[in-house]
Amino acid sequence: MNAGLLRRGALLIWTALVFAFIFAPIVSTIVFSFNADRFPSLPWGGFSLQWYEAIFADASVQRGLINSLIVAGATSVLATFLGFAAAYVDYRYRFFGKMAYTALVAMPPTVPVVILGVAMLTFEGRVGLSGTLTGVTVGHVVLAAPFAMALIRMRLADLDPGIERAAWNLGATPWATMTGVVMPFCLPAILASVFLTAAVSFDEFMIAWFVSGVNETLPVRVLAMLQGQVSPRINAIGAIVFIVSMTLVVVAQILIGRRLGRRSKEA
Amino acid sequence: MTGTKAGPMLEIDRVAKRYGDTVAVAEVSFNIEKGEFIALMGPSGCGKTTTLRMIAGLDTPSEGELRLWGRRINEDAPWERDAPLVWQNYALFPFLSVVKNVEFGLKQRGLPAAERRKKAMEWMERLGIAGFAERSVDQLSGGQRQRVALARALALEPDMLLLDEPLSALDPHLRVRMQSELVRLHRELGITFVCVTHSHSEAFAMADRVVIMSEGRVQQIGAPRAIYRRAANRFVAEFVGGNNLFAGKASRASSGSLRIDGPFGSALAPLPPDPAIGEGASVTLVVAADRIDIAATRTGTGNEIEARVVTMEVVGSSATVFLETAGGAELSVQRSLHQIEDTPLNPGQAVIARWSQDEGYFLPA
Repeated sequence: MNAGLLRRGALLIWTALVFAFIFAPIVSTIVFSFNADRFPSLPWGGFSLQWYEAIFADASVQRGLINSLIVAGATSVLATFLGFAAAYVDYRYRFFGKMAYTALVAMPPTVPVVILGVAMLTFEGRVGLSGTLTGVTVGHVVLAAPFAMALIRMRLADLDPGIERAAWNLGATPWATMTGVVMPFCLPAILASVFLTAAVSFDEFMIAWFVSGVNETLPVRVLAMLQGQVSPRINAIGAIVFIVSMTLVVVAQILIGRRLGRRSKEA
Repeated sequence: MTGTKAGPMLEIDRVAKRYGDTVAVAEVSFNIEKGEFIALMGPSGCGKTTTLRMIAGLDTPSEGELRLWGRRINEDAPWERDAPLVWQNYALFPFLSVVKNVEFGLKQRGLPAAERRKKAMEWMERLGIAGFAERSVDQLSGGQRQRVALARALALEPDMLLLDEPLSALDPHLRVRMQSELVRLHRELGITFVCVTHSHSEAFAMADRVVIMSEGRVQQIGAPRAIYRRAANRFVAEFVGGNNLFAGKASRASSGSLRIDGPFGSALAPLPPDPAIGEGASVTLVVAADRIDIAATRTGTGNEIEARVVTMEVVGSSATVFLETAGGAELSVQRSLHQIEDTPLNPGQAVIARWSQDEGYFLPA
């Protein structure tokens, strides 16, 4: 019994250490973003919001944030739409090469982002999209749509394949069935996908770096600032980016989790 | 719907359905009359469900024609037909409340919200599920879901209701209750019920007419009693159960009857008009198990077969006695307990199985 207690204690400490290791950099970023000193050193030079004030006064950071929000918003809508369409095709139809189709749809996140970034730059350069926010959005949609598909596909797997026929049989046209049966059923997954793909886009650096040109997104701006100088403003931006991304992901998780919870209650 | 409503409601005219090389329905023709309760029955894979799905428009016939009041409906989309289906697994909408499920079809017809709520509540009242209106369908038992599925279909007030194995997912005691409830609903509503089932007891208990199918073809159509009284072929005689089938060779007995000799012994039965059945032909004699009497001694009247008791099964107040003849043929006899209370029926006991000549009938072997 003593040995068991010891083991439990050791396990707890180990878990705490792992979490500390993962979160220490983030926590220190947030802590030092409120530090009055110019250099991130202990002891603290006192509480201050000056770095936040500085970044909100910095037009390039503001521009980057707005660009990021525009791209994330557009990406989440487009990627979710495409992901839903892809998942629905997978749910609804049986056809030759379906495995290949699903694999192809799921592939983009497995391609190294550097390659994806270079490819996007080359391709978008040819079609005249490089250096535009549209160009960045296109890149992000390619990267994020598979996540949307995976989420919605998981939800559709729980829908009785006969349910659409049941709706037709009761007089619903295919369109009414889509809007009145399939989409309401997928709503939690669709919302989760909107938040998750927004987070993917908001965080994404590599493709944006290759493609954005003068229309920098926030992560690209941050790196540009880092290259010029090490300023505590980075910490403030990091804290904000962390909070935004985490909020999006957590909301997505809650939306997915709520439905899982409901399902386990049924069982 | 225009035109006169004379003649059969639905004509199924030489309809076939193939999926690639697989034949689901080889060729099926029969009519459905307005207001009747018709059961499509057969073993799994006989094509009964495919036939039902074609009526609902969920499958399109490869050949043949479906006519509703004389009008071809092969190409009508499922949502244009007025034949709601009660699905075997109910296929309720899981994210909608009970009342929203029942309202679904009415909503598709564009009924105002208040009106469809009223109508839905009426049907739920009628089926005894009004108390669950706001519940999620996940919270209901199998029997309650069945009622929701029924209410959802009936709320459309259709002329024809389709039922796909409506009782198969229920507990045995619920099954019997639902069976009589379906019969009552059918009588009260006066609409056509088309029910698919693999169980002959369900079909015979509920339907006015039964269509027995096998291997994508209709084997026999008729009232349950008529089918039970006289099967059209060996498949039906075996499938409906309760029949003894004796194989043997036919020989002439008298002008109106034929004699059969086989491992079971020999017996007489009326000569049928079928030219395939005559002197020297291999034939099957069918005798219903409940038409055979069992006695200790011969009386010299009717057909009498000597046999030994193998075993006896008693269910409620009736018994099935299994016999075996000296030639190795098996036969079963169904009697009520009081009919056999004076006959010793221990295993190995020698008895006489007796039936009158016109109780049996011949089928080709």
